[in-house]
Amino acid sequence: MYSYSEFDTAFLAERNAQFRAQVERRISGALTEDEFKPLRLMNGLYLQRHAYMLRVAIPYGTLNAAKMRKLAEIAERWDKGYGHFTTRQNIQYNWPELKDVPDMLDALAEVGMHAIQTSGNTIRNVTADHFAGAAADEIADPRPVAELMRQWSTDHPEFQFMPRKFKIAITGSPNDRAVTRAHDIGIRMVERDGARGYEIIVGGGLGRTPMIGKVITDFLPEADLLPYLEAIVSVWNQIGRRDNKYKARIKITVHEHGIDEIRRLVEERFVETRKTFSGVDVQMLREIEGHFAPPAFVQADTAPYARALETYPAFRAWTDTNVTPHRDADHAIVTISLKKHGDTPGDASAAQMRLIADLAETYGYDEIRISHEQNVILPHVHKASLPSIYSALRAEGLATANIGLISDIIACPGMDYCALATARSIPIAQEIATAFDDLKREHEIGALKIKISGCINACGHHHVGHIGILGLDRAGVENYQITLGGDHTEQAKVGDRVGPGFSADEVVPAIERIVDTYLDLRTSPEEEFIDTYRRTGLAPFKAALYPETKVAAE
Amino acid sequence: MPKAFTPKVVTANHLLAGDVIYQTADGWSRKLEEAEVLTDEADADLRLIEASQQVDEVVGAYLADVAVEDGVPVPTHFREEFRATGPSNYAHGKQVELS
Repeated sequence: MYSYSEFDTAFLAERNAQFRAQVERRISGALTEDEFKPLRLMNGLYLQRHAYMLRVAIPYGTLNAAKMRKLAEIAERWDKGYGHFTTRQNIQYNWPELKDVPDMLDALAEVGMHAIQTSGNTIRNVTADHFAGAAADEIADPRPVAELMRQWSTDHPEFQFMPRKFKIAITGSPNDRAVTRAHDIGIRMVERDGARGYEIIVGGGLGRTPMIGKVITDFLPEADLLPYLEAIVSVWNQIGRRDNKYKARIKITVHEHGIDEIRRLVEERFVETRKTFSGVDVQMLREIEGHFAPPAFVQADTAPYARALETYPAFRAWTDTNVTPHRDADHAIVTISLKKHGDTPGDASAAQMRLIADLAETYGYDEIRISHEQNVILPHVHKASLPSIYSALRAEGLATANIGLISDIIACPGMDYCALATARSIPIAQEIATAFDDLKREHEIGALKIKISGCINACGHHHVGHIGILGLDRAGVENYQITLGGDHTEQAKVGDRVGPGFSADEVVPAIERIVDTYLDLRTSPEEEFIDTYRRTGLAPFKAALYPETKVAAE
Repeated sequence: MPKAFTPKVVTANHLLAGDVIYQTADGWSRKLEEAEVLTDEADADLRLIEASQQVDEVVGAYLADVAVEDGVPVPTHFREEFRATGPSNYAHGKQVELS
């Protein structure tokens, strides 16, 4: 776990004191809302539909028990006893009162946490593979690089008032779990001739103009990372459009100028930025890496685990879906589902957060991760501890065995909370999960990712869901468009729109028709939904969803 | 022919708590049923200006369409319905006050 320096601690204290004074001036009337709004947004504080919302950064999704317990304490003391984990690996509190926010920020600072750059037109919280440092398929842990980028981008004077927000994601594995191709900059750690470097992807993003990022360089030497990133962001800051909010993202800049021209401009700028980096950034990276050293993995007998697998079918089902191979053969990665059927995706109560903290401390080397899929990870667990963990999770309603299945749905807060949303997301997710749980078909269906957004901004990543659902307002009624075939992995693809939208009542039957069509079409139970879709295309699904169109055509 | 003016209420978020509030004849209420219904466009514009000037109490005031049923205003758009009743996943928003 990276420990912040005295400089960081002093910086947070000063920043929080500054914001406390700003809140006081807003409450006294000395600041108008127009004056106060950019200040509160710089500290992660939004005003949403029903209340304020505080978005707290969880850099690269990494936590320890102390931080998780602090998040639980904040949820209980100043909110309604829960928090919402997001697709940006952050946590959001949906009900703080304005006067309490400075105290909340001070409480966060006690464990080195903050809400800086979780909003505004700046470089946002850097995200990373949620299995970082533990995955069996990993080239290297991407988190030290993410931490270096966090330090580089925090309060960077050139990048505080850019055309729009800017999101960076990094993965150290060839299997992309960080959605790198749908970020402003995606970074893939690669090796060439024994040397470590980076493939840099630029101009991805979802929202109203979804685009898959393009490779600007397939191998960037390690020492060039920060100057090259600085060159990219600097070029975009200079030529990115500011005339239209919806065209102000780098994906539009790349699209309008072409990747070759952007590459030329970045290379040109890089000549300048390279000179300003003395190499201290690489020294810092080496120091940071020391903070992310793997734990001293314990040796223990795995026989109890093997016995439990044979004895308890429910435990076996949970391990089949929620446990992933670890780099150490005797260890495992545990994904704790925050998608219990019928619950709100991504929400965790204070009690659940505390249990996860306890488990991390007792069985998980004090390591916790948040996934962009709104679940919680214990990245290092000895297999002998898995039965105990399962029992403890079950008692707190956290042992749902559905990771990667149809009820493991990403859902943004939607119109229930978000001021931008045009329809609700949460009830749709709840209905789908409950319906398929009632039918007990999830495991038969297998791997299938549903992602739901309550508006065109696509916080629920619907474009890259195998089944994507977008909630819209059609003449004062909630209406849901469906896309199929989206993919967030290294084979990233934006889904295909199936046709006219569905009313809220029609969504679950529509999903059932899609699933039935898949089950009829698949060549074997091993052929996953996305593979069937790639093989057959949209036509059979469209025919199932709009039979009247087929009849009319005949 | 000018479009008929539909009844409206002035609504906003409370500065300190952030929750949804409605302008009444002499203040603010958290209950839509207590809101002042504005049936005249000039009156509505004036009341909105008054509300917008209360910068130390409210944020983001605007006019929302309502219908009047049994003498009380009710939302005509689902967004305003959710603002009046709270989120649909937990009964701990306005539902608590309304029950």
